[in-house]
Amino acid sequence: MADTEPQALKRTPLYDLHVDLGARIVPFAGYEMPVQFEGVKAEHLWTRTHAGLFDVSHMGPCFLFLKEGLGEAGAHEKISAALERLVPSDIAALKPGQGRLTVLLNQEGGILDDLIVTRMPGEGLDGMLYIVVNGAVKQEDWALFEQELSDVAMLQRADDRILVALQGPDAEAVIAPHFLEAADLKFMRCAYIQKDGEKYMVSRCGYTGEDGFELLLPNNEAGIGLVKMLLADERVKPIGLGARDSLRLEAGLCLYGHDMDTTRDPVEADLSWVIQKSRRARADFSGAERIMSALENGPAEKRVGIQPLQSAPAREGTEIHLNGERVGVITSGGVGPSVERPIAMGYVRADLAEAGTSLDLMVRGKARPAEVATLPFIQPNYKR
Amino acid sequence: MTTYYTEDHEWIRVEDGIGTVGITKYATDQLGDVVYVDVPEDGTFAKGDDVAVVESTKAASDVYAPVSGDLVERNNALVAEDEGGEGKPETVNEDPTGAGWFCKIKLSDTGELDGLMDEAAYKEFCEGL
Repeated sequence: MADTEPQALKRTPLYDLHVDLGARIVPFAGYEMPVQFEGVKAEHLWTRTHAGLFDVSHMGPCFLFLKEGLGEAGAHEKISAALERLVPSDIAALKPGQGRLTVLLNQEGGILDDLIVTRMPGEGLDGMLYIVVNGAVKQEDWALFEQELSDVAMLQRADDRILVALQGPDAEAVIAPHFLEAADLKFMRCAYIQKDGEKYMVSRCGYTGEDGFELLLPNNEAGIGLVKMLLADERVKPIGLGARDSLRLEAGLCLYGHDMDTTRDPVEADLSWVIQKSRRARADFSGAERIMSALENGPAEKRVGIQPLQSAPAREGTEIHLNGERVGVITSGGVGPSVERPIAMGYVRADLAEAGTSLDLMVRGKARPAEVATLPFIQPNYKR
Repeated sequence: MTTYYTEDHEWIRVEDGIGTVGITKYATDQLGDVVYVDVPEDGTFAKGDDVAVVESTKAASDVYAPVSGDLVERNNALVAEDEGGEGKPETVNEDPTGAGWFCKIKLSDTGELDGLMDEAAYKEFCEGL
């Protein structure tokens, strides 16, 4: 039993649909969410071979836009300059409809969250960014946006809408009849579609290593109807959070609060690629001192893939040893249904971060052999 | 031959002083796909000790000894091939109260069985969860 009074759990607009589809519901990030439908392994494998539909409405989609001058010349540069106070990526360089992964940093350069920032496509929308933050920390993230950026920007939360991800090799064929524009999108590009008086954001991205889309839909009959139409396609099955976790682990993708948190900077989290050259040259982001030093001299520890060499899986919190000395820790681990073996990721001392380095995993007090592995564990299938 | 149950969803079927131990269908439904099972080859256990570990896609869970005694046999079918078994942990999902048994324990005190539930009591216990 929890030792604190549980907060009232929220439900996404698709909750009743999940229950009808036989979901097992668990509390997650303050919501009652489906952890599985027919079973984690079957759902994982279905997503890799057909298409899976994930309810991610618990996450934090929002729009950040200029208080004044929306759509005017220089508007994108203005809103980018504001957001760039909080993130180390080059937001100004985004083309209309282009998105990129970035991180929200605290003053010490620690990671407060990871997020996708997309420049809104289309006429008149320059000066507006579409941002999706993690569900577990969305209130804190949004409070920070409002506190730090309110001189120039307004925040519109969109977490009362439906956010779903359609992922897998059949995703494009499934979505094309509903949104013709979607099939032409490349990875990390989005379309803003107005149809029958409703507005839809369709982004070609996801968190499974597969090609696919994230759709921000209205919370009404049109939105729920579209979700039902997608699920009515025989190539599509509903997928729970359990398979979402095993899919993203195979794809080598970080889960906030596990594989990174406020104690880790982007360099040790192996996300230094989110800091583009232009930002490194300016070194004008939060925690720049620590991060620039880590970029130049290397971090003390580094996030790596870990391949256990025996059958025993290594879970989050498992210590990594070398010659009896603790040299790191597992932050995510399990058995990958597609690779059919245990896989993990974690942090190790930077001098041990090279692929192939032999290590021990302390599973239930017993040293088990492992080695540093190249991420991802599967070949991603993104539409470049 | 009687089957007894614990509140942690283990079952033990006793015959001639030897108890076969496993986990119930309720437990496997909660766990989901079992991907790894760790059972020792032998050892002496007190009632309530961790006697085995069962790992599903998502998490690792302990299996507790329902009674005290010596472990006299483990179910090699469940154990990984690189640990001397047959590598079929999914048997636990397929047949939790039959082929998916974990180990056999020679009871040191048959009186401990009195503290366990019979099938009717366990059924009622699960309905109350």
